[in-house]
Amino acid sequence: MSFTRRDTLRLAMGTAFAAAVPFKVFADVDADVAAFTGGAEIGEGGITLIAPEIAENGNTVPIEVDAPGAVSILVLATGNPTPAVGTFNFGPLSGAQQASTRIRLAGTQDVLAVAQMADGTFVQARQEVKVTIGGCGG
Amino acid sequence: MAEGVTPRIRVPRDATAGETITIKTLISHPMESGQRKDGDGNVIPRSIINRFTCDFNGENVIDVTLEPAISTNPFLEFQAVVPESGTFEFAWYDDDGDIYTDTKDIAVS
Repeated sequence: MSFTRRDTLRLAMGTAFAAAVPFKVFADVDADVAAFTGGAEIGEGGITLIAPEIAENGNTVPIEVDAPGAVSILVLATGNPTPAVGTFNFGPLSGAQQASTRIRLAGTQDVLAVAQMADGTFVQARQEVKVTIGGCGG
Repeated sequence: MAEGVTPRIRVPRDATAGETITIKTLISHPMESGQRKDGDGNVIPRSIINRFTCDFNGENVIDVTLEPAISTNPFLEFQAVVPESGTFEFAWYDDDGDIYTDTKDIAVS
């Protein structure tokens, strides 16, 4: 089988297009957030989510959440088959409402952190992470 | 699954009263997500640590709910206030009902 110049170009364009379309799974992110907040409004600011812009390996992506004055922080990976990542509940002896861990990401997606403040309000932060190799197996 | 699970914890040996210290913990555990398939196409059942707690002299420092999206060998870093000398108690709760515990002492001057 021989490739003509036209075939080669078409093939190259197809590959480039497939690579450009990001991996997206619309799972029940909203449901998880609603279960955490009880339908309350979510503000911005007062919470920091630190995640790498580009993660080479989706199996261990270091993240850090920091929300001074929070009682608990919910972390969601919006593009994972199951979006929930974890919930940090801070007790009376926690020195700062800050925690870091390593998470799995199935592909390029937004990581979302929602914090419940001591006064009952909610704030959120979002950070996009580009993942080179996904971390959910197949 | 209970073989080869070893918790590793780093807590400063001493601190001043009321100081905020950083605690790092890591426990070796495969954290099988329940999403993967083996060679025959069967789903490997989920087996993860679903909860981690840290207490100091009986008072709670942090209580974390872990989901399958936490990486193999879950690593956690957090801050704690130490009002007096005492003992940190750490507990990891496995899906199969096992609880792995460890303690660390700290001297407060």
